[in-house]
This record gives sequence, C-alpha cells and structure tokens, in this order.
Amino acid sequence: MTEYFDPKTQGGATSKSRRNFLKTVGASGVAAASTPLWAQTTQARAAETPEGDPVKASAPAPGMSRIQLNVNGVERTVDVAPQMVLLDVLRNELGLTGTKKGCDQGQCGACTVLVNGQAINSCLSLAISHQSDEITTIEGLERDGELHPVQQAFWEHDAFQCGYCTSGQIMSAVAVLNDDRIGQSDAAVREAMSGNICRCGAYKNILAAVQDARKTMKGGV
Amino acid sequence: MQSFELIRPESVKDAIGAQSERSAYIGGGTTLVDLMKLGVMQPDHVVDTNRLGLDEIEVLDDGRLKIGARVSNSRLATDARVERDYPVLSQALLSGASTGLRNMATTAGNVMQRTRCPYFRDPAKPCNKREPGTGCSAMDGINRNHAVLGTSEHCIATHPSDMCVAMAAIGATVVVEGRKGTREIPFEDFHLLPGDHPEREHDLRSDELITHVVLDAPLEGAVSTYLKLRDRASYEFALASCAAIVTLEGTKVTAARIALGGVATKPWRAVDAEAALVGEDATAKMFEQVALLAFQRAIPLEHNAFKVELGQQAIARALRDAVQQASQGEHQ
Repeated sequence: MTEYFDPKTQGGATSKSRRNFLKTVGASGVAAASTPLWAQTTQARAAETPEGDPVKASAPAPGMSRIQLNVNGVERTVDVAPQMVLLDVLRNELGLTGTKKGCDQGQCGACTVLVNGQAINSCLSLAISHQSDEITTIEGLERDGELHPVQQAFWEHDAFQCGYCTSGQIMSAVAVLNDDRIGQSDAAVREAMSGNICRCGAYKNILAAVQDARKTMKGGV
Repeated sequence: MQSFELIRPESVKDAIGAQSERSAYIGGGTTLVDLMKLGVMQPDHVVDTNRLGLDEIEVLDDGRLKIGARVSNSRLATDARVERDYPVLSQALLSGASTGLRNMATTAGNVMQRTRCPYFRDPAKPCNKREPGTGCSAMDGINRNHAVLGTSEHCIATHPSDMCVAMAAIGATVVVEGRKGTREIPFEDFHLLPGDHPEREHDLRSDELITHVVLDAPLEGAVSTYLKLRDRASYEFALASCAAIVTLEGTKVTAARIALGGVATKPWRAVDAEAALVGEDATAKMFEQVALLAFQRAIPLEHNAFKVELGQQAIARALRDAVQQASQGEHQ
C-alpha cells in the first residue's frame, strides 16, 4: 500500500518527487524557455532549497516579520507583512500556486488548505499567525509520483470541468475523509463540503469521487 | 487591505493593555480579515488573541458550561457535553458557514460577528452602522434579507450568527475582562438594538475583551431543536431561524425558550410567545398561535414582509419538531 497523506500522522513524510520535479524543470532549458519569468525564478528558488530554506543572514525588512512554516513536510522561512494572508504567502512567496484564489473573501473554498490537519480558508487567515504550523497544500498530497487516493478518484470520476475549484475540493475532501465526526452518507459529505463552490456544477462527480476514495483509504489501510 | 500593526500578547492583561480606540481583536479572522479587505474595518492595530489560551470548555460546579473565547465553532459543536446537554447549540453551529470557516471561527468572534448587510459591506454606500449619520441604504433599497424585529429608522441590518440564537435560547453570560476587572453581561443584554446609534452593537467597552461565554445549566428533561430556513440547503445565512427548547409534563408545556435569527437586529428572544406557551397543551395549533405573538411588533418593509410569515412558521415547526422528540423519547 502506498503511503499517502494522512493529517493524523502528518509531518513525517516529505514530498521528494515534487522536489525532483522542480529540479528537473529548473534545470531544463527547454522547459525554462517556455515558462514565464516569475515561474522560473520561483522554481529555481524552490529547487535550490530542497531541504527547506537556509537561515537568512539579513534581518527582515522594516514592518516584516520572519516566520517558519512547515509546508508539505518542508521547513520554509518567509518574511511576511502583518496583513498578508496565508493564501498569498503560499502562492506569491513560496510559489505554490496549486492553491487557488477564488472570491478572496471566504465564500468559495478554492483556497482551502490543511493547517495541522484541519481544512481552513487560507484567504481569511493571516500568515503571521501560522508560525510553526504544519500546512498541507494540493502539492503535498502525492507520494513518490503516486496520486493521493482522493486525487486519483477525482481523475477517475472526472470530478471537475474548468478545474479552478478542484484543489480546494480535494483538500476539503481529504479533511472530510479523515474526520470521524463527519458521517459517511452522501448527505453528510455534501453538507461537510458545502463551503467549496463549483461554478461548473460538477458536484455529482465530486461526491462520487469522495465516496470512492473513502473505500480506497479506509479499505486499503 | 490597509496595513496595520499586529500585536501578539501572551496574557489577557497584556491584550487589554494593547487595546485602543483604533484597534481590533482578532480570533479566527473570518469576519475581521474579510471586512479589512473590503475596507469596512480599518484598524491601526490588530490584537491577536491566539496566544491567550482561553481554549477550554469546562463544566462548573453549578452545572453551567464555561466556554473559552477561543474555542472554535467546530470544536464547540462536536464537544460531547454540548452534544448531550445543548444539542440545539451544536445544531445551530453546524448549520452556520462551512467546515473550513467553522474550523477557524471562535466563540467570542462569533458573538462579535458583524452583519452581512450588503450596504454595510460596501464602503461606497451610505450606512449608519459603518459611518454614523450617512443614512441607511437598505431602508429603501433591496431589503429582502433585512430585519423586521428590533429595527429603527436608522438601521435594519440583521445579526447573522446562528450560534448566538441558540445561546439566547439556552441563556448565557458573556464574561469580559477590562482594565477595571471582570464583568459578567447577561447574553440578552450584550447585543444592543440599533436605535439612534446602530454603530454601537454591543455592551463591550473599548478596553474590554471577551474571555468566556458561560451557558446556563441545561433545563432538565428538555427537548430542543434549531430550525434554519434559507435560500439554499447549506452554506447560507438564515432568512428565518428558530432555536426552541421546551419541557413538558404529559402534554402540558412547563417551560419554553424560543429565540429567532435572520429576522431581527440582534439574537432575538420571543418572550411573548414563550409566556403564552407555558401551561398550554403542546399542540400544533397552539404553536401557531404563539408564533403570531412573536411578530406582533414586526415592521416589514418593501422586500422582507415575507419574513413575518416565514418566522412564524419557523417557530411553529421548531416547536413541533422539538416536541416530536419527546414523544419519541429522545430527551435533550
């Protein structure tokens, strides 16, 4: 059985294959040439720091605070202004653009990430308050090139159309499936995931994917 | 979002010391960060409460339940004591917002939740609550979601919380800490009617911090329910909601607590309906009769008149659902 992300045991495993992927992309002239400049910079930066960010020599700029976050099993150090929300830090400072900005006001769920195993709306959460927290984004779910059961189920059930809400849907689904307080019925899953809006209306397939992933996760352990 | 200085005190005393006229406390951030992004709230200082502890739930010797200000909505809703002794609170919490938001939102934050009035949330529109004296855009605007009870000529914004409706029905005390010490505010007195000053929403002084909410001891043998009526089945604010708690002796009602959400400017105790129900037979007809009393003083406007009937139906059905539990032996 492939080891996959479980918030209860989070922290041990790291995403090696993602780092390898980034190294490959960063080293490839062809890939770099077809990649926007900002992405090249981000990827190169990530590739240079596979075991986390080095200790920064200079002090944070005035008005900024230095925080450590454990993102997908990697220790990251980042300087943040008080008003920066976790969503923007993940996307703009750490280059983890898998987490999407939808409404930016806590109404759509596209920005859902796990903090210490719990699903939250990262658009409404000040980054500075997450010192030492363990944060899991969509990039942190796969293990050694194998998709997380929820990702696999979304793929198999065609549980998306445009795909913009998908990261948030999957992160919420992972949290739902790992939360014993949430019932297993279709109605319970729908209710627990009602904060993730899908404008394309792929709900039927999303629900099927979540229930299918439940079998893999519970049955496979 | 306008920048601010974040202060991260490690004690309640330091938190109170850091408070000023131009500051705001932050818990989960689900209201404040949203409103700061919109430019509706623009504090110079934000005082973070996340290092203050205040995250315990404990049963007091007198049977009351003491809830720390920072206990999340998710945790409170699924606490075994809340599920057993105050199922109406658990239901109300779980009917609000979404899983992700409930994981962030705190107990004190929810008590302090600001209205969802779209005119309040839009700094380009006149709003007496946001900018006193500028007028109320909702009065002659799209007021379908607005209040019919407890309104004034200056403000008709509803209080958005489900949790507070359940707490109003249960009966509670808001415990606050200020420079002059501790103060206990009865829940029904905490939120203020808009009157001439809709910008004053609660009886909290500028130096005070909510540290706990203490629920009254549960009514013995009571049955209860929280009914929420809204435009979609989940993840939506109430058009009308009702928390109903009753005790029965045979078919007679011996105690009744009825609170309403979605229809009023604050978490609303329907005291007239409660008084009329006690001593009467618990029948559907009686529930409909007392429901009328709750809206006797309602002031409907162009688009929200439907809330009068909807609210009456919410009361009648919540009472019926609660009493049905009694006949099925599912006591609170």
